[in-house]
Amino acid sequence: MTAFLIRRLLLAIPTLLLVMTAVFALARIVPGDPALVILGDQATQEALDALRERLGLDKPLAAQYIEFLGGILTGNLGTSLITGKSVWSEVVAVIPFTIELTLAAILIGVLLGVPLGLYAAVHCNRWPDTLTRLISLAGLSFPAFVSAILLLLAFAIYLRWFPVISSPALDDPIERIRHLALPALNLGLIMTAYVTRVMRASVLNVLGEDYIRTARAKGMGARVVLWRHALRNALIPVATVVGLYLGTMIGNSVLTEIVFNRPGLGKLILGALDQRDYTLLQGLMIFFAGLIVLANAATDIAYGVIDPRVRYRS
Amino acid sequence: MTSAAAPTLNRSSGSKRFLSQPGSKFGLGVVILVVLAAIFAPWIWPIDPLEQDVLGKLAPPSLEHPLGTDSFGRDVLSRLLHAARISLFIGVMAIALALVLGTAIGVAAGYIGGWFDSMVCALLDVLLSFPTLLLGLMVVAMLGPSVENLIIAIAITELAPFARVARAPAIALRGREFVEAGRALGFSDMRIVVVHVVPNLLSEVVVVASLWLAAAIRTEASLSFIGLGVKPPTPTWGGMIREGFEHILDAPWLALAPGFAILITVLGLNLLGDGLRDALDPKAQRE
Repeated sequence: MTAFLIRRLLLAIPTLLLVMTAVFALARIVPGDPALVILGDQATQEALDALRERLGLDKPLAAQYIEFLGGILTGNLGTSLITGKSVWSEVVAVIPFTIELTLAAILIGVLLGVPLGLYAAVHCNRWPDTLTRLISLAGLSFPAFVSAILLLLAFAIYLRWFPVISSPALDDPIERIRHLALPALNLGLIMTAYVTRVMRASVLNVLGEDYIRTARAKGMGARVVLWRHALRNALIPVATVVGLYLGTMIGNSVLTEIVFNRPGLGKLILGALDQRDYTLLQGLMIFFAGLIVLANAATDIAYGVIDPRVRYRS
Repeated sequence: MTSAAAPTLNRSSGSKRFLSQPGSKFGLGVVILVVLAAIFAPWIWPIDPLEQDVLGKLAPPSLEHPLGTDSFGRDVLSRLLHAARISLFIGVMAIALALVLGTAIGVAAGYIGGWFDSMVCALLDVLLSFPTLLLGLMVVAMLGPSVENLIIAIAITELAPFARVARAPAIALRGREFVEAGRALGFSDMRIVVVHVVPNLLSEVVVVASLWLAAAIRTEASLSFIGLGVKPPTPTWGGMIREGFEHILDAPWLALAPGFAILITVLGLNLLGDGLRDALDPKAQRE
């Protein structure tokens, strides 16, 4: 097991290195001079030179690359051009709000999606199944900002049950939940659609396995077979959904944070875009990509823990 | 894993299966309607989408303006129909680009194998490590928002799925008898790939294309909503929602109409793609 764990983590290293190289390259493909792009056409020659020096753009490309990689390897994602603070401190300042939102959404997604998927699979190809499939496909078709606007209109503007602007830094726990509810529901319902589909497919897959037929042949009741034999195995792919879904989830939370005007990593990225804070943007891209690479590794490791066969495959 | 020849064998039963599902029929119908609406936009509702009427701004839906007017007094229905053209064009072009490049990369990696394959796989892993929306956002921010750059950005975010789908069957086909026979006859690799390998994996690629077209349209709308889409005054669905969201309290239809248009288009494409996959995947047939 330890060997498998170490091997899988080592596999993440070349991917991470390539990710950093890709971000480095992308940030330097910008047509024109980055300093000019950041400061605009009106900038003086001195200001441009000063910024180039600050960004290290006056050095040769190879030196820039080594400095960039070295910085990241020592845990330094760079400094924001605008605020002068480190990318890490910018991230740490808002990440609790994003984590809160994400966890609430995952909770909603699993609590609703698992039973719905199971229900659909048990009624495979009959109307509850067709209905569930249609609804979950509709849920997956919503761009996150359209569903967010619908929730906002219905529950915050017309019914006035929840605040229009979600400000998360409140001490009162009930108020905090009221502010969290709509954004979490938005992300959570989209995730529910996804979990439902994965769960349905997974249950159907497991129900087709030989050991289920054996259990049935031994005369076990359908209920016992479903709950004791099928459910536990069907949950394995669902447990790994979070890792695979992370990229989509990050994009959706950016859009949700815009609609509800809620601070978080999404708003941080948009701020960086608006202010042309390219170093912050670059640091955030590496942060997110690193998160996904690690989540993928964690997903594989989780598979290895649950299913020993995975460990011994080359 | 789907064997590459199977979809061809099941084609007749596949199309029957496709049409027997109410979902796929509905999806196909919706997609056809949206495409027709986009093509015939100027004839369906012959009002200029850019014509401003400051006195009649933010008018609620009426007979003259079935979907009301926006903050410049422009007719929302006309803008919605013309936006369908831009949004579909960007989506289709991005997918076409991703399909051609992705399939070529995937087939080359699978057919050549060895270190080239390992290298391509490593690069695809990198592409898949970025959240789709953020990768698109970064590329558009770097290149600048224009129709061409949006197409490039969205194509980059969807290159990897096509490459992956094309790679696996290319590996399987490499060892098949008819490919060996072609080689024995002295055909060049290029001819073998183009004439014998590619046609055998097209059906799988097409299924991916219809599902990812839905994603492409959603990504384009999201980028436009964030403010990185085609520049105003050109109407796009995402851009219309962005403008309409500012008036969400007094004129909610401005954001609702394009939101509904995106939803129905993406849902139609997803239903279509799902139906195609079920119809062409022999594994699903057994269920």
